This record gives sequence, C-alpha cells and structure tokens, in this order.
Amino acid sequence: MEVPILKQGNYLIASIQAALSDADLLRLRDDLAQRVGRFRSKGVIIDVTVLDVMDSFAVRTLRSIGQILKMRGAETVIVGIQPEVAFAMVQLGLSLTDVWTALDLEEALSFLDRLAKAGHPDE
Amino acid sequence: MNDEVTIPIGSDQDIVTARQRGRALAAKLGFSSTDQIAIATAISELSRNIVEYAKKGEIVLGPVKGHDNGQAGIQVVARDKGPGIPDIGLAMKDGYSTSRSLGLGLPGTRRLMDDFEVVSESGKGTTVIIRKWFR
Repeated sequence: MEVPILKQGNYLIASIQAALSDADLLRLRDDLAQRVGRFRSKGVIIDVTVLDVMDSFAVRTLRSIGQILKMRGAETVIVGIQPEVAFAMVQLGLSLTDVWTALDLEEALSFLDRLAKAGHPDE
Repeated sequence: MNDEVTIPIGSDQDIVTARQRGRALAAKLGFSSTDQIAIATAISELSRNIVEYAKKGEIVLGPVKGHDNGQAGIQVVARDKGPGIPDIGLAMKDGYSTSRSLGLGLPGTRRLMDDFEVVSESGKGTTVIIRKWFR
C-alpha cells in the first residue's frame, strides 16, 4: 500500500491510508528523502490517524525518517496518533524522538509556519 | 474452541495479518478498544521477533478460560523453531537486543498484557504465551 504524498507550499503531506507493512514504511522513508530534495520542502507532515498499531519497527522507522529529513533540511511532524495507540506505545516503552508531534494537520501546519518564521527572523 | 486460529508467520506482511486477526478476535470477545490495540501491538512485537530471529513460525490466537476462577480472556501463542533465546533473563531486560531492533520487544510486550510466559531452548526454538483477561 503506497502512501500518497501531497505537496502544499513549502511542505509535503504524507497521509497514510491503511495498515503498512515494514516494506511500505521503508518505501515511505525513501520517497520522502527523495521528494524533500526535489521540492525543496522545509517540512514534512506524516498523518498516522488510520494506524491502530505503532510497534517498535514503525517507531524506529519514523525516528529515522525524522533524522534523515533533518539532514535534508526539513522538519518532520507526526500527526493523528490515536489515544489508545499512544497508550500502547508508552507501555511498550517507545518514545517518538527526532520528530515533532501535533494533534492534527491544522496544528502541524501552523507549527511549521511558526518554526519557519522563528528560523528566519529577517523575513 | 472454534474461535482458535493459526496464522503462519514468515514475512513482514504476515505481521500485519496476525495483528489484524488478533484485534478482530479481541473485538469479537468484547475487549475495549484500548485492550484491542494493546493485544494487537503485543502480537505485532511477537510476530516481529519470529521474522527477525527465527525467519518463520506461527501465531495461535484463541479465547481462554482461567483455571481457578473461570475468568474469560484471550490467549496468544507465538511459536518458532528458531535459534532460541540464549539468556531469557537478559532478554527480559529493557534495552537488550541481539538484533537491530530496539530490544524492547519482550519486556514491553509483557507490560501490554496480563500474563506472559516464555519457554526457549537453544537450537530448538522459542514459545511465548501471552494472555489478557476481562476487567
């Protein structure tokens, strides 16, 4: 199941549509690493609202996406982690470092706008 | 028990299938959505261990009744004929891993469930049994 990636201004939005296998997650990582360069994106939002399981592999892959995109000059925001999923992740002992998190798409967009302004005080 | 189901595990796609079947059974048995997701996440971790360490094995899901009080719950058996876990005590510590994973699999899985048993013999394989009971 390929994850559609939309370009919106300086940002990319990846909306996960269904459960992802490990291979799907790795393809998302590779696609995003390519596209932030092609579109000169400053931020990437990954919407995980539909995911009912975020296990150690999913979290590790999202963290590596955050690290890789940072090296490519973009910030990563994960949105839509469901309360039950957050609860299971905490019990499992997983923490989502190397990425930002926001409640939903709207919050993530305004966060990235604020981050861009703070990073370029002259503009 | 006619609700018992065996899922062969041999690829990353099987991990998705196993956790989806597990969540469906947990929902059918009447577990809350928080418990359904905890159970699905535990199944995901155990299936992942099978793929990473043993290459193949199976997950057996089914309803279970407590021996003492007749309490109802769900049981998940993860079984493989892989290399086995050399030191179970060490494997149950947070942060331990011999593979490239975060090494949180077993202790984290135990926290997600009520019961956790592991039997492993070097060179013969590993069986992990986890259960969750209705509250």
